[in-house]
Amino acid sequence: MNTTQTEWNLARRQIVGNAASIGFAVAMYGVSFGALGTTAGLSIPQTMALSLLMFTGASQFTLVSTLASGGTALTAVIASWLMGTRNAAYSMRMTPILKTSGPGRLVAVQLTIDESTAMGLAQDEEAFEGRASRLAFWATGLSVYLLWNLATFIGAVSVSAIGDPKSFGLDAAIAAGLFALVWPQIKSRTDLSVAFGGALIALALTPVVPPGVPVLAAAIVAIIVGWVTGRKLS
Amino acid sequence: MMWFAVLAGAAGCYALKYVGSIIPAHILEQPIVKRIVLLLPISLLSALVAVQTFATSQSLTLDARVPALAAATVALRFKTPFILVVLIAAVTAAALRYFGLAA
Repeated sequence: MNTTQTEWNLARRQIVGNAASIGFAVAMYGVSFGALGTTAGLSIPQTMALSLLMFTGASQFTLVSTLASGGTALTAVIASWLMGTRNAAYSMRMTPILKTSGPGRLVAVQLTIDESTAMGLAQDEEAFEGRASRLAFWATGLSVYLLWNLATFIGAVSVSAIGDPKSFGLDAAIAAGLFALVWPQIKSRTDLSVAFGGALIALALTPVVPPGVPVLAAAIVAIIVGWVTGRKLS
Repeated sequence: MMWFAVLAGAAGCYALKYVGSIIPAHILEQPIVKRIVLLLPISLLSALVAVQTFATSQSLTLDARVPALAAATVALRFKTPFILVVLIAAVTAAALRYFGLAA
């Protein structure tokens, strides 16, 4: 056995280990998502379908909480799409690294989310002829897919078993869960202004437009601020 | 209607992932597009937090969710894991309601 092979075996074990622990961390969100889905009025199969088919946490949370707050199906769908735009950027970044085609490409695309992309990009692209990056992406994507869906099922089933969600504080848990999702994303003053701007627009519009629309309107803040700050960079 | 939302939402999200793998890199590499894609989740999630905390259908209300979110904020400042942040908020709201201190 040569040195490269030994090094690769070591690296491989570490990558797979990290992928597994990320999967378990994400499963915590999965339980909350499953609980939220059934609280929002979705059936267990519908909640599961979101985790299996949509498989992008922030979009899933957005869709069900828009429905939970009384928004129409259409506003909920559009909000989930807007939230999913960043995945396009992720798969653009990952495609040349993964070198997939045909059915492999279609599976890789579905597994392209925050965690798998971050893990894939965290490896040295040149290491082991790109095998480290590819393994990190696939191992993380698959481990998150498996545990996210398992956790969704556990969350969905356990909430269906309890009575009034409000008496368990589940409505507050939804707000806190969404807050915990956005918290680490706010890294600058601009991010913070966008967060407050989005929140204020949504609250100001709540009494005057149908539920769901206020959240969509908040996208305008991101578009305007993104336009202005992006133009300075270009 | 629920199935429509689930399937249309999922189809669109898959399409977005797929589009990224086929469009020319320079489109998404433009600073304006990159900035907007980065900021969209921040504005949408913040709007959702606000609505989930202060809105009941089309009216703005102050109930047990507000102190629960305050408790969650403190937990987040101390870098508490996600599941605990969610539990702290749920327990706060549930306790306030149980003792009749908030709606």
